Amino acid sequence: MDFLTMNTFGFPILSLLIFLPLAGAVVALMLPGENAVKVWSLIVTLAVAALSLPVWWGFDTTSHLYQFGEHAAWIPTLNINYTLGVDGISILLVMMTTLIMPLCVLGSWRYITTRVREFMICLLIMETSMLGVFMALDLVLFYVLWEAMLIPMYLLIAVWGGPRKTYASIKFFLYTLAGSVLLLVAIVALYISQGTFSIPALMGQNYSSTFQLYVFLAFFIAFAIKVPMFPFHTWLPAAHVEAPTAGSVILASVLLKMGTYGFLRFCLPITPAATVGLMPFLQWLSVAGILYGGFTALAQQDMKKLIAYSSVGHMGFVTLGIFALNQRGIEGAVLQMINHGVTTGALFFCVGMVYERSHSRELSAAAGLGRFMPIYVTYLTVFSLSSLAFPGTNSFVGEFLILAGAFFNNKIVAACAVPGAILAAAYMFRMLQRVIWGGTANPDQSKMFDLNWRETVTLAPLLVFVFWIGLAPEPFLKAIRPSITNLIAQTAYTAQNSLALTELMPR
Amino acid sequence: MSALVQLAPEAGMAALALLFLIEALDFAKLGALRAWAAAAVAALALLALGQRGVLFGGCYSLDALSQFFKAAVAVGFCVVVAIGSRPREVEEAKQPDYFMLLAISSLGLMLLASATELVTMYLALELASLSLYAVAPLRAQSRPAAEAAVKYIMYGAMVTALSLYGLSLIMAAQHTTYVAELAAKPWSVAAAPLAVIGLALYLTGFLFKLALFPFHFWCPDVYQGVGNETAAFVSTLPKLGALAVLVRLVGAIGLDAQTADALAALAALSMTAGNFSALVQKDLKRLLGFSSVSHAGYAAMGLVAGGPDGLTSAAFYGVCYLLMNLAAFYVVCRVRQDGQNPTLSDLDGLYRTSPGMAFVLLAAAFSLVGLPPTAGFTGKFFLLSSLWGHGHDWLVIVAVLNTAIAIYYYLNMVRHAYTAEPAAEGASPVAGGLAPLLGASLAVCLLGVGLYPAPLLGLAQAAAKVVLP
Repeated sequence: MDFLTMNTFGFPILSLLIFLPLAGAVVALMLPGENAVKVWSLIVTLAVAALSLPVWWGFDTTSHLYQFGEHAAWIPTLNINYTLGVDGISILLVMMTTLIMPLCVLGSWRYITTRVREFMICLLIMETSMLGVFMALDLVLFYVLWEAMLIPMYLLIAVWGGPRKTYASIKFFLYTLAGSVLLLVAIVALYISQGTFSIPALMGQNYSSTFQLYVFLAFFIAFAIKVPMFPFHTWLPAAHVEAPTAGSVILASVLLKMGTYGFLRFCLPITPAATVGLMPFLQWLSVAGILYGGFTALAQQDMKKLIAYSSVGHMGFVTLGIFALNQRGIEGAVLQMINHGVTTGALFFCVGMVYERSHSRELSAAAGLGRFMPIYVTYLTVFSLSSLAFPGTNSFVGEFLILAGAFFNNKIVAACAVPGAILAAAYMFRMLQRVIWGGTANPDQSKMFDLNWRETVTLAPLLVFVFWIGLAPEPFLKAIRPSITNLIAQTAYTAQNSLALTELMPR
Repeated sequence: MSALVQLAPEAGMAALALLFLIEALDFAKLGALRAWAAAAVAALALLALGQRGVLFGGCYSLDALSQFFKAAVAVGFCVVVAIGSRPREVEEAKQPDYFMLLAISSLGLMLLASATELVTMYLALELASLSLYAVAPLRAQSRPAAEAAVKYIMYGAMVTALSLYGLSLIMAAQHTTYVAELAAKPWSVAAAPLAVIGLALYLTGFLFKLALFPFHFWCPDVYQGVGNETAAFVSTLPKLGALAVLVRLVGAIGLDAQTADALAALAALSMTAGNFSALVQKDLKRLLGFSSVSHAGYAAMGLVAGGPDGLTSAAFYGVCYLLMNLAAFYVVCRVRQDGQNPTLSDLDGLYRTSPGMAFVLLAAAFSLVGLPPTAGFTGKFFLLSSLWGHGHDWLVIVAVLNTAIAIYYYLNMVRHAYTAEPAAEGASPVAGGLAPLLGASLAVCLLGVGLYPAPLLGLAQAAAKVVLP
């Protein structure tokens, strides 16, 4: 247990974070009336968010160990334990999840009109399993929570989704499940080889290179589908477009991060040799995702689809940073995971707000909103600029670090990824131009009313983080740095020229 | 007297059969009390979990394995009776006979779990089977039910004959029928070819009950033909009995490499054929029939793995399968008011008309897929862990790929229940009395075993340990 700093709060704070939403869901079952359920869900998610603050404040930013650890036997005969902990890689994701969830409840206040109770229960169960995935340090616990998420997410899309919800939800479910069945085999194989399911204990073991390769591939398929990496992305636009706003936000902000989190948590430290061996392929796949996502987003008429394809591009940047395998690249990747969660989550909220008013997501139907919805377009502009990595916003820091890392690793790959940033500017400005000004043949938008206080409050925290991370990223980077230094040491990879170049760039 | 205490579950089940006989003779009217009487027997079996002993000259032993499966059979019987304590498809006058036959069949299965001598096993199997053959056509005015019964008998008789032939070969080659003595004999193809062939044929009888490919052809037809409540019984309890015997024989005698390979191939074919066939089914019971073929393949993985872990996981999976199939049949038996076979579209809008039942279906379906946090996942997970690294890694891969195939049709059930609109107004499913409680407890069991499997796993481990030499 030398990898774990035990929790010293006097109460199991991580377990509380995980199970509070679940308990809230059980209570929500019994509450009378839909409004009570909405208010209750908001209270529960806010309480979880508040409870996560001590985790952030108490987080030791000088240590790469897993902190606030909890450990209890679960299935002793198979050495399966209930082990929790957060380190630099997971802390920001946990915080982002607790931040996003109250906003999802707020954002669904008017959007969801049928089966409100069940909707909120699904959201709360999602929160439990998402937080659990980021905190689990036992493979079986991880897998249980990873798969348990499929059911509420499926229901979110299939019950409250758009016209093609059946197609989209089944596609989402089949893709994700098919990807993760081999993950289970890899978990079993690791267990048979080492006799433990403890994730940190499985890192740094002396596996043969063929074994590493097979385990890596099994992990890779599961995570690459979740990210989604090109060419495993086809479920994403369908699911995003059909899901209700809160579903899209959860999907984009948190679920996609689980794939990249999986790369960082499993692939790099457990199968370093395979990662290094396959690195060029992974980098080129990332570049393909960046360019493909960018070009496809450029051609979309449906705003949700546009943002969905832009996600493919942005997540391509994240995987590029991860597989640059150096400090800068991975720091940038982790930060970009948060940035994408904040920015794309906000953009999906924005699209949802227009959809609530006009019941259309078509760019042409939303043309020329600027005159009638000034607050809305201000928000939209900021988030769009953030999405295209405008300097001063959060994504700029992330993408810059990623590209810097990528250039140190492989100049050609990095150079090929740069057009992705330009494409992002192109499709985002295209959307902004249409929505704010439109053309000469705008539809009549005079009936559109601007954001009310609830919607303004929903987007405000995300706006704060856009600029906070954009202008002062150091507090966030500081928290993740030791863990990433340790992670890179675990992969034992040094690029030929990376050391000399990094020394040229002072922090 | 002490023997009677030790045999309390069997005695209880026999008394229950007598009780139903008395009811059939019009001396008493049990009605809703039937389920409570079955519950009493289940309680007896659970209390007798710790009984140990050898009876009847070594033919019959009470050990962790037998008591484990006995309790599972008794609880399963109780749930089956509770699901349909007054089955709509059986004429009122025939209901006591119907339950009497089911009780006798359960008694046979309980005896089967304890039998440690091949002839005793065979007799117990016949007791269990013959009463089921008689139950199968008891569906009022139904030609398909009669057809199913004929199929069941014909297949059953043929396989039983094979089994008996195998028994004769074993006797000829090894000169004994006691499992303990057989375990000490050589069982390689080179040393005792006749015995190996005999054992393979003998096991066929039990693989037939388990509905493993290629002995599965009866399974979907019979499920479809017989009444819904009968199908709930046929699809669950006989498999447990068969599994008990298979665990005992595989544990005591062991599988030589060739037999293990052959069983592994059958398991792979069984999962794949079952799942692919289930993909296109519209009739819910037929779908579950093919699904049970694939689950037989999963359970066989534990037998292929052998050893303490493999047998533990096979026994554990048996109980998980019992729970999830009963939960699924709980819904199947309730979704149609007229007692006809429910189809997938009968599930439409179940969520609207009966949210509780939809939740039971959700839990059952995802458990059958093997998704956490349900019993199906833990069961499958233990199977995969026990099999990996024993030379049949490919079977593990086939099994998980099958999960990905199976998800489609199970998800389809959930989709119909949750997202489709109800077909007609007023067609709300039948529920009442304690039925919702039964459904809820089945769903809770599925989640409970999924989240905290340690106690049940402990029992299964003890069961596997006794049979290993």
